[in-house]
Amino acid sequence: MAEVHKLSITVNGEKFEHWVPARLLLSDFLRDTIGLTGTHLGCEQGVCGSCTVLLGGEAIRSCLMFAVQADGAEVTTIEGLGEPSQPNAVQRAMHDAHALQCGFCTAGIVVGLTGLLQNCAHPSSEEVLDTLGGHLCRCTGYVNIRKAAAAAVASYAAEEE
Amino acid sequence: MKPPRFDYFAPASAQEAVSLLAEHSDEARVLAGGQSLVPLMNMRLARPSVLVDINRIPGFGLVGLDDGQVTLGATVRQGAALADSELARRVPLMTAALRHVGHPQNRARGTVVGSLAHHDPAAELPAVALALDAEVTAASARGTRPIPAGEFFVAYYTTALEPDELATHVRFPVAAPNTGAAFEEFCRRTGDFALVGVAAQLTVDDGHVRDARLAFVAMADHPIRARKTEAALTGKAITPQTVTEAARLTVEEDGLEPADDIHAPADFRLSVLPVIAERAISLAWSRATAQEDGR
Repeated sequence: MAEVHKLSITVNGEKFEHWVPARLLLSDFLRDTIGLTGTHLGCEQGVCGSCTVLLGGEAIRSCLMFAVQADGAEVTTIEGLGEPSQPNAVQRAMHDAHALQCGFCTAGIVVGLTGLLQNCAHPSSEEVLDTLGGHLCRCTGYVNIRKAAAAAVASYAAEEE
Repeated sequence: MKPPRFDYFAPASAQEAVSLLAEHSDEARVLAGGQSLVPLMNMRLARPSVLVDINRIPGFGLVGLDDGQVTLGATVRQGAALADSELARRVPLMTAALRHVGHPQNRARGTVVGSLAHHDPAAELPAVALALDAEVTAASARGTRPIPAGEFFVAYYTTALEPDELATHVRFPVAAPNTGAAFEEFCRRTGDFALVGVAAQLTVDDGHVRDARLAFVAMADHPIRARKTEAALTGKAITPQTVTEAARLTVEEDGLEPADDIHAPADFRLSVLPVIAERAISLAWSRATAQEDGR
């Protein structure tokens, strides 16, 4: 008999209530239950970073969390960051540095870097690399992603002043 | 892949958690950070029919700082522990090792106690616990018992915890003054599990090693305490030569059975061990003497 659990969750500022099976991953809840397909599935093992979301403002791997665990939590997905007409600093930097090709890993990286910069205004290059290390990209060879990250760090610092 | 069905409980107390484990015992797994368990479930390598989520138990997220020891509750996150400057001061070996545990996205959820209870043989924290003679507290419906690190790590993914037991805390001794700690590992990408890892801590007194603690990661199906190497360092003034000689002893430690697999052959791991050990010992020494010099 399939058992379901009540899930009350805020995603990108909007409240949702659903009954979900315990085995439903947070990543699949976001994609399939509420239709936010910007969060991608690459490995479902916690390595590739394409499923990265912010949980309470902190970057996590949504494929390693069951949706029920996020009951009462606030989640931010890529859809909650910036607008096409007004990208956030990380999105702008990724665009300007041509830091994407197929774009599959991009959402995760934008969320991951945004989370880092929101929590740590002046991350060291080691800290940036450590965050980027949790993301796999099959297209770009990472050089432009690193340039974008450095530019995003600089523009966050500039915006602060 | 997706995990198969399971019954899910999120108890609000330790008592409730251990009752659930007593009731479901062999079929139940504890869910803390999920950074090791959920990948296994997603790949269907682990198929618990019951999951006991301990993340809602108040008190499990607490760090206790007492004279002489530090206590971490079961849901203290690796990332929070790494960022904690009080812990860095008191348990520098754990802080040094935490930098190598996965990436920030894993450490945001992964727990220190969970890493010990899961006991991946290439994980960094079990070696830290062994080097420091840490103590894990196991709770069940039958009561609680302390399990010293020396008895805790049994084999791959196997600890001394009984199926109905929950690791509720880990206790680390506070480092004495003039102590330096270092964790070095060899792996192909930062954040990977170690192919070879060495945790080293030295306490110096008047330019000599008063206490040496050394443990290896991934050199057997459990962390190895390097007693021979420790003995070779104790009482010595560390020079590059004593470090090199001590590092050579690492391959003679009892119980070395490095894995021979697609990640690295066994003889390669053995050839890398003294190199990593030398780096870790040297770094621990320079940090210890920096303390002594008041730098």
